[in-house]
Amino acid sequence: MNEFLRLILYLPKQATSLARDIDQLHYWVIGITMAGATGVAVAALWFTFRYRRRYEGELTPQVQGGFALEMAFISSLAILFVTFWVIGFQQFIRIRTPPKDAMVVYVTGKQWMWKFAYPEGPSTIGTLVVPVDRNVKLVMTSRDVIHSFYVPAFRVKQDVLPGRYETFWFRAEHQGLYKIFCAEYCGLNHSKMWGDVLVVSPEDFDRWLRGTAVEDLVNLPAGRDRQVVATFDDPYVRRSPFGVVLEGRPLSMADRGRMVAERRGCLSCHTLDGQRHIGPTWRGLWGREVSLATGETVRADEAYLTRSMMDPQVQLVAGYPAVMPTYQGMLEPAEVGAILELIRALEAPLPTGVRYPSPLMEPPDRPPLSHVDPERAQQNRDLPEEGVAP
Amino acid sequence: MKKRRGNPDIEPGAPSTFGAVATGTEGDRAAGPGRGAELADLREVAVHAKPYYADETTIWSWLSTTDHKRIGIIFFVMTSVALLIGGVLAMVLRLEHLTPDPTVMSAATYNQVFTLHGVIMVWFFLIPSIPAAFGNFFVPIMLGAQDVAFPRLNLATVYFYLVGLIVTVVGLVAGGADTGWTFYPPYSSQTFTTLVPILIGVFILGWSTILTGINLIVTIHTLRAKGMKLMQMPLFVWAMYGVSVIQVVATPVLGMVLLIISLDHGLDWGFFDPARGGDLILFQHLFWFYSHPAVYIMILPAMGVISEVVLALSHKNPLSYKAIAYSTFGIAFAGFLTWGHHMFVSGMSTFDAGVFGVLSMFVGIFSAIKVFTWVGSMYKGSISLRTPLVYVFAFLFLFVFGGMTGIAVAATSLDVHWHDTYFIVAHFHFIMVGASLTAWFAAIHYWWPKMTGRMYSEAWGIAASILVFLGFIATFFPQFLLGNGGMPRRYYYYPDHFQALHVMSTAGTWVLALGMTIALIYLIFSLFYGARAPMNPWGARTLEWAVPSPPTRHNFEVTPLIEQDPYDYSNPLREVRPNPLYDPELERHRSTERSP
Amino acid sequence: MYTPRVQPFFEDLEKQRHAAKLGMWIFLGSELLFFAGLFAIYAFYRTLYPETFQLGVDHNSKLLGSINTALLILGSTMVASAVNFLRLGQRRIATWLVAATAASGVLYIAIKSTEYGMHFSHGIYPGGVGHFFAENPDPGFPVFFTTYFALTGLHVIHVAIGVALLGWKAWWIRRDRVDPTGAYRLGIVALYWHFVDMIWLFLWPMFYLLGTQR
Repeated sequence: MNEFLRLILYLPKQATSLARDIDQLHYWVIGITMAGATGVAVAALWFTFRYRRRYEGELTPQVQGGFALEMAFISSLAILFVTFWVIGFQQFIRIRTPPKDAMVVYVTGKQWMWKFAYPEGPSTIGTLVVPVDRNVKLVMTSRDVIHSFYVPAFRVKQDVLPGRYETFWFRAEHQGLYKIFCAEYCGLNHSKMWGDVLVVSPEDFDRWLRGTAVEDLVNLPAGRDRQVVATFDDPYVRRSPFGVVLEGRPLSMADRGRMVAERRGCLSCHTLDGQRHIGPTWRGLWGREVSLATGETVRADEAYLTRSMMDPQVQLVAGYPAVMPTYQGMLEPAEVGAILELIRALEAPLPTGVRYPSPLMEPPDRPPLSHVDPERAQQNRDLPEEGVAP
Repeated sequence: MKKRRGNPDIEPGAPSTFGAVATGTEGDRAAGPGRGAELADLREVAVHAKPYYADETTIWSWLSTTDHKRIGIIFFVMTSVALLIGGVLAMVLRLEHLTPDPTVMSAATYNQVFTLHGVIMVWFFLIPSIPAAFGNFFVPIMLGAQDVAFPRLNLATVYFYLVGLIVTVVGLVAGGADTGWTFYPPYSSQTFTTLVPILIGVFILGWSTILTGINLIVTIHTLRAKGMKLMQMPLFVWAMYGVSVIQVVATPVLGMVLLIISLDHGLDWGFFDPARGGDLILFQHLFWFYSHPAVYIMILPAMGVISEVVLALSHKNPLSYKAIAYSTFGIAFAGFLTWGHHMFVSGMSTFDAGVFGVLSMFVGIFSAIKVFTWVGSMYKGSISLRTPLVYVFAFLFLFVFGGMTGIAVAATSLDVHWHDTYFIVAHFHFIMVGASLTAWFAAIHYWWPKMTGRMYSEAWGIAASILVFLGFIATFFPQFLLGNGGMPRRYYYYPDHFQALHVMSTAGTWVLALGMTIALIYLIFSLFYGARAPMNPWGARTLEWAVPSPPTRHNFEVTPLIEQDPYDYSNPLREVRPNPLYDPELERHRSTERSP
Repeated sequence: MYTPRVQPFFEDLEKQRHAAKLGMWIFLGSELLFFAGLFAIYAFYRTLYPETFQLGVDHNSKLLGSINTALLILGSTMVASAVNFLRLGQRRIATWLVAATAASGVLYIAIKSTEYGMHFSHGIYPGGVGHFFAENPDPGFPVFFTTYFALTGLHVIHVAIGVALLGWKAWWIRRDRVDPTGAYRLGIVALYWHFVDMIWLFLWPMFYLLGTQR
């Protein structure tokens, strides 16, 4: 019954027991709502038929409302509404009260990505890895504007504000991959500020904490979405039984740079085909003279590009907003090098008329892990032949 | 008797499937000038007086008019234009949502479009649509007065509206806001779009709203015809009273909020900047303190219209006049206590959330009282199924459905999932479009004969109303499901599996637009080719049906005598006689005097 | 000679006068709610930063604030008596009193501008701008002074509007030789001035008196 109602009401999977309880209340409330509206309309239609005007000038009796009837109606409604509220508010208190034994993860919302930091050390952008059947408490703040951390499968959201910390807790009872949405309008790419909650077994979680890459967790569950990591036809790339493509040996450092750039959110703001977006395009950037906001010009070499990743506000490019976050501590040295190789590979301009398949202002970015579908992956297969060092 | 052009349905006395149309009073005017002081009824005095729109026909006479009826018509036209602009923006938004990826515009444009859609629809259409147009036109007539208390102030409200609209549109063109109509900081302080003209435009419009409210309150208190007690006023006037109180109390707070955001955005004053000691949630409290009562500004006039139409078309007294009158003020009062239910997940304390949740339930009770009374009033009535009543049915279903989803979100835990998703979008559109807009259509179709002196085609009227209802359901019902699925609002991209519902919703907007366009066409057609309306096509008892269709410049050439209750359908319709306390000669002299 | 004309839709002059007064009172109610938002902001931030707000209050000149209070109260008294004199037919005295009230308003504005100048010279600008805030980094100071500028600035604008209205009325009484029955029209403007005065009577303790030395 629960499953049936959940499906016809288009509700996502219930990943926590709290979600199940909330849905129970939902079914009752919506059912009564529909019944009430239909009942009122039917009553009106019935009266229209039964008391239709028979002749012009027909008079009607002065009926003064049965006070008792009205009171009965109002009281029963009031009791019903307050009952809804009592149950709902009790659930709300549960939503807002994290258990004492919850493990903590620190969350930073930032235009336009979610960053997660674990006390044990690792940090991720976009993917929140948690063990199943464990209370997890998120301590959240924002770097800039108000965001909202929303996981439909948990039925919970919490606004994330700059200058203060909010908490959000859950206990996932089924392994899987659950979408995170930003639910408070935060600007241009609000609708792409997605993430994933990856709920794994406790063993996998420990392995991940100790350094295994997310993609290598073999016990990754089969989510409803097909998850594709790599974006090109590569003999070293294969699908695991769980639908996750494991990263094999990439073709070149530039390719690896491309994958890093996707995973780390760089392509939310930088394009690879020359179109201007939130940040400067990487096409043709290598070795070019760049005008800074201070009026100086600087040559885009390894030093400049590395500085731009680690301390972006120091040498702002003229005409672009100062919104880039620092990647200090977020990138391995090898990953930094891979990005540099990617940029070097994009040195040549594309032939005129070639554009990556998206209109101006919409870069072919790829949100984290679960959201790339094969068709869009097809579109992103666009690394040029020339300039790539095998 | 002359055969009327146009619609044969309204041949007086001819029976129709749903009951007779004209009852008793016809549009035929008695002949005989100079009858002296013996007047049988008010029509006879109006024999040679022209309709209000033909009184003077220069453009300047319209631009400088202090006639509340002309002002009502001007507002009707202006709010219809605003509806058109806001509606086109909505259709464009839905067009974008046909695919999960970019379809017809960029993300930046999309953000601006949904902001402007909200700003224009809320402030330039929904809030003034009924009070400024129908309230201005009919409240004085319903009270037996010749005009509102401050006619020149009334004219000023027209210009405040117009200037506000122009400034807002200029802001739109100059790179309009992309913050959403709620302007939350810090994003609104930081956005690169030009916010300030739009804020100023709405601020100026706020003066129009407040002054209209003051005008209506003073009119109700000081210009009722002698003998009309407060509890004998039509229920529409009660609704106008309630809405005016909310307007006067809530709109200034909005003005302050707009001013502060202008200072924050334009001059970086940082009222709410956490780095400078500010608190972001304080903004939300201030904003919603206005904006929640604002939604009652949008629904109370609609309820007033429904009260009138239900009773007039059922030829029946209200089940409990007091219930409707008092619940109007119950809603107005309780509406000020519930603003926090927009902020359950904002970082408010759990205790506050509980308080606001339970208070929100109580507003629902007052609305339920009204619904019970309306439907109960149809019991043992003499009901004529005409276009306005079809809109009333639509209203009843959609208002109860939408209102109860409001109760659902007030059950705090459910709102945590639904907040900022399409469920909320569907909920408020059910009320704003399904209830308020529907009631606006009902008002148009009910009062069209009186305002214009013409009848529209009944067949087309019913066809359009059905299209509007079906189009509405097709547009907004899928959005409840989208919200359940977790689709957040103000989203440009969306996950692919939501596409089917989005496409359904977009197709619905086309049906809705078709219905509304058809209505526009036959209404305009009726202005030129419609049959002339009788004085009282519905056989109603309120005073606006005792003056000619359309009314003359001063409504009543002689002050009417209040003899019949506004909803007394158990006695035959009485002709409204002049009040014998007033000398008709003196009255005529007074009524032709122009105000300075 | 100006005698108010009864509009055709009012029963008599008494009703018309009543309507005008009622309209003005409701309008003033809406103005009160306009200021209420800022008062709420002040109250909220004061609860959040009590000591800082007291220090901020100390920074304002009690003397100048009190002179302003005296000016406004004096003005209110004068304009109220002007209405009375007009009702008695003493047009000349009424005109002078109204003009004097307007002058008190102008003086108020001058003193306020001086105060703002003093703040600017101390490095206090709205928005937490200025070297004062660099030297006193407590987060309560920016909101205190920004709220101060907003509230007093809004008030000064209303005072200026009041001055304009009073000046117009003074001229009107003199030029149109207003009949005593028209005194209510001056009374309406006087109500507005009283409102402006009333708002100041709250701003005075909020920003000048409730400091560390009570």
